[in-house]
Amino acid sequence: MSLSINLTVNGAPQDITIQDARVTLLDLLRERMALPGTKKGCDRGQCGACTVLLNGKRVNSCLTLAATLNGAEVTTVEGLAKGDSLHPVQTAFIENDGFQCGYCTSGQIMSAVGLIAEGQAGDDPERIREGMSGNICRCAAYHGITKAVQEATRAMSDTHTGDVK
Amino acid sequence: MKTFDFAQPTTVDEALAAWEPGSAWLGGGTNLVDLMKIGAMAPDKLIDIKRLTGLDQIETLADGSTRIGAMVSNADLANNPDILRRFPMMAEALLSGASGQLRNAATVSGNLMQRTRCAYFQDANAACNKRSPAQGCDAIGGVDDTAAILGWSNQCIATNPSDFCVSLAALEAVIEVQGSSGKRDIAFADFHLLPEDTPERETALQAGELIVALRLPTEAGDFAGNSRYLKVRNRTSFAFATSSAAAAMQIKDGTITKARLALGAVAAKPWRLAKAEALLIGQAPDPALFAQAAEAALAGASSSNDNDWKIELARRTATRALALAAAGTPARMPALPASPFVDQGDSLNA
Repeated sequence: MSLSINLTVNGAPQDITIQDARVTLLDLLRERMALPGTKKGCDRGQCGACTVLLNGKRVNSCLTLAATLNGAEVTTVEGLAKGDSLHPVQTAFIENDGFQCGYCTSGQIMSAVGLIAEGQAGDDPERIREGMSGNICRCAAYHGITKAVQEATRAMSDTHTGDVK
Repeated sequence: MKTFDFAQPTTVDEALAAWEPGSAWLGGGTNLVDLMKIGAMAPDKLIDIKRLTGLDQIETLADGSTRIGAMVSNADLANNPDILRRFPMMAEALLSGASGQLRNAATVSGNLMQRTRCAYFQDANAACNKRSPAQGCDAIGGVDDTAAILGWSNQCIATNPSDFCVSLAALEAVIEVQGSSGKRDIAFADFHLLPEDTPERETALQAGELIVALRLPTEAGDFAGNSRYLKVRNRTSFAFATSSAAAAMQIKDGTITKARLALGAVAAKPWRLAKAEALLIGQAPDPALFAQAAEAALAGASSSNDNDWKIELARRTATRALALAAAGTPARMPALPASPFVDQGDSLNA
C-alpha cells in the first residue's frame, strides 16, 4: 500500500508518503523527520516518553498510527521554543530540577504543556501529580517535576492576564 | 506486528461496506495497536472509524435521554460540564482510568471493546482459550491479580478491565449498533458475555456490526447527588482496578428510593447486583445495611486462582462505595478520582 498524508509538524505543513500502515507517529517523527526529541521508552503507552501534542492535545505517539493523521497538527518538544526563547514549561523544568538523566523529559514537558492547556489541575500539586501520572520518571524527579508544572502554570496564567509577577 | 490492509471511510455506510472477515475497527488505537504490537491481536485489515461523520457528538434527545457518539474521547466525555453535573459517577470512573494522554485518544466505543488485561492473554507464549480457542488456559493455576471471582468458567477466568463500563452497567446504558442489516439497540447488561465454553466471544456484537453511540436513559440523571465510583488498585493512579464498585442512590426524606450497584474487575463483564439493590430500597442509609448488601452481592463468588482474598476485597469495596454514595457526590471531582486514600472532598449535601 501507499498512502499520502498531509501533516503539519511544529508549524510546517508537509506531504508524506506512507508505504506501510504499521508506522507509528513516534517512528515517523524519529526515523523519517529527523525529530529525535520525542523518545521511545516502552513503545506501549505506559511510560509517556513519546508524548506529543496532536491537534493541541497530549497523546502517546507510540500508539498513534501515522496513516490516520491526514490533516493533523503535531507539536513535538522541538517546536516549543521560539528561537532562543524557551517555552515557560521548559524554563520551569530547568529552574526546578525537573529531571535527572533526561530521557523522560521531553515527554514530561509535552505532557505538562497539554495538562496546563486542559486547565483541570491548576497549581494544586495533588491534581498535577494525578494529571502527570502517564509519565514515568525512573530517576524519580517527581518532586521537581511537580514544582516545575506548578511554576509554569502560574507563569503562563500571569502572562495570559497581563499581571505583573 | 503483522502487516494489514488499511481503510479510511468517511461515513458509517462506507465503513460497514469496507468490513470483511478478519477486519478490526480502529478508534483511538490505545488498546488495539498495543495488542497488535505484542501479537495478541493480528487483524488482516484495520478500518479507521475516527473520521466517520456524526459520531463525535454529545446531545440531549427529546425524551430527556443523553446520546454519546461512539468516537467521543474519554477525556472530552469526562470533562463535559453537563456530563459532570448529571452523571458524576460516570465521569469519576472515566477519570480514574488510564492516563491523561490515553484518555485524550481513547474513545467511548473503544472503551467498551477493550480486551482483558489478563497477563496470560497478553503473553503470546501462554495458552489462552480467548486468544486461541481450545488452546487451554494458563491463567488457571497461574498468578494474576486480575483473575475473576464471579461468572468464570473452566475455560477462562479473565476479567473485563474497564472502569467506564462499570458505571454504564449501573446507569443502565443502551448501546446503539449498526450493521449491514440495519440498526439495533443492545441493553448494557446484555452487551458483554460470560466466558462459558466460548471465551473468544466477548460481546453481543455480530460480525461486521459497529457501535455508533451510547444512550443514558433520563433516569440515569436521578443519581447525580448520591453516586460514587471507588477503585482499589496497586498504585493510586494509572493502574487497572483490582476491585472497583459503582454505587448510586436516590435518597428522599432519609429513605433510599432508588439504588444501583455494580462491581468491576471481578468478572468478564461489569457485575450488576440487583439483589443487593433490592435490599437497599426503602431503607435508611446505614453502614450495617451497606455491609448486608455487599454480603449479598458477593454471595455467589468463588476463587478461580488462589484469589480468595479478592472476594473479601470486593465485599469491602462495595460496602465502602455505598457509604461514599450515601454521603453525597463531592461538589468538585476529587483530586484523585475514585481513590480510597484521600479526603473525598465536600459533599453536595453537606
